[in-house]
Amino acid sequence: MRENKKSFLIINRKAPYGSSAARDALDVALTFSVFEQPLSLLFMDDAVLQLLPNHQANTIGQKNLSANLAMLEMYDIDQLYVCRQALSERGIRPDQISLNITLLDTHAIAALIKQQDQVLSF
Amino acid sequence: MIFSIVVTGAPYSSQASASALQFSRSVLKLGHSIHRVFFYADGVHSGSALASPPQDESNIPAEWSELARQHQLDLVVCIAAAVRRGILDENEARRYEKKGHNLAADFTLSGLGQLVEAGILSDRVVTFGA
Repeated sequence: MRENKKSFLIINRKAPYGSSAARDALDVALTFSVFEQPLSLLFMDDAVLQLLPNHQANTIGQKNLSANLAMLEMYDIDQLYVCRQALSERGIRPDQISLNITLLDTHAIAALIKQQDQVLSF
Repeated sequence: MIFSIVVTGAPYSSQASASALQFSRSVLKLGHSIHRVFFYADGVHSGSALASPPQDESNIPAEWSELARQHQLDLVVCIAAAVRRGILDENEARRYEKKGHNLAADFTLSGLGQLVEAGILSDRVVTFGA
């Protein structure tokens, strides 16, 4: 190996249900942390809906994503960034989100992406 | 430069896999190398040996196999995403007691760790999504 650490950013763009993207991204995030790679998660567009509490996924025959999101903390994934505009467009207040998040505007998002060695988008 | 490619879109439904093929050919033509191609989510269907498109359309799994043989590419299909979508190699078919297996030649099933490793060892990871 030429280097054994790289910084990674996972960009989430999709709603919690309707496609497997949210769960796929979380599975990747947990795997990165097992390999102890520096990792940040960014929630944009409909992915901010993943962060709302009290999903009742069982009513549509899906597994609840919130349990996986709660695992982020256990895996020491604490660099959670959220697009401020995506929240306000959907009428979500930051205080509705129980995870410890950092709000970013579009310029700050560009800077965050630029800092990373690798970016994966879901 | 060392590239790795991630494909998450299903072949034929989305252009992801076809675009990834074209991108990979260009990368190799320009003298770069590809450490790994990782098929995830609906992208796993690119590894189906049973895909039988009409003759005037490209056979995406066969084209990946051919490119892999020409350039010794490592084509890895995410095992968890694959088995739930019915893409099985001989081992998994045995494990789940299925009558057949359909992972195309030159593809292997493996875990998400292969994606992480590809990210660490590559200069660029390029994702082709749905």
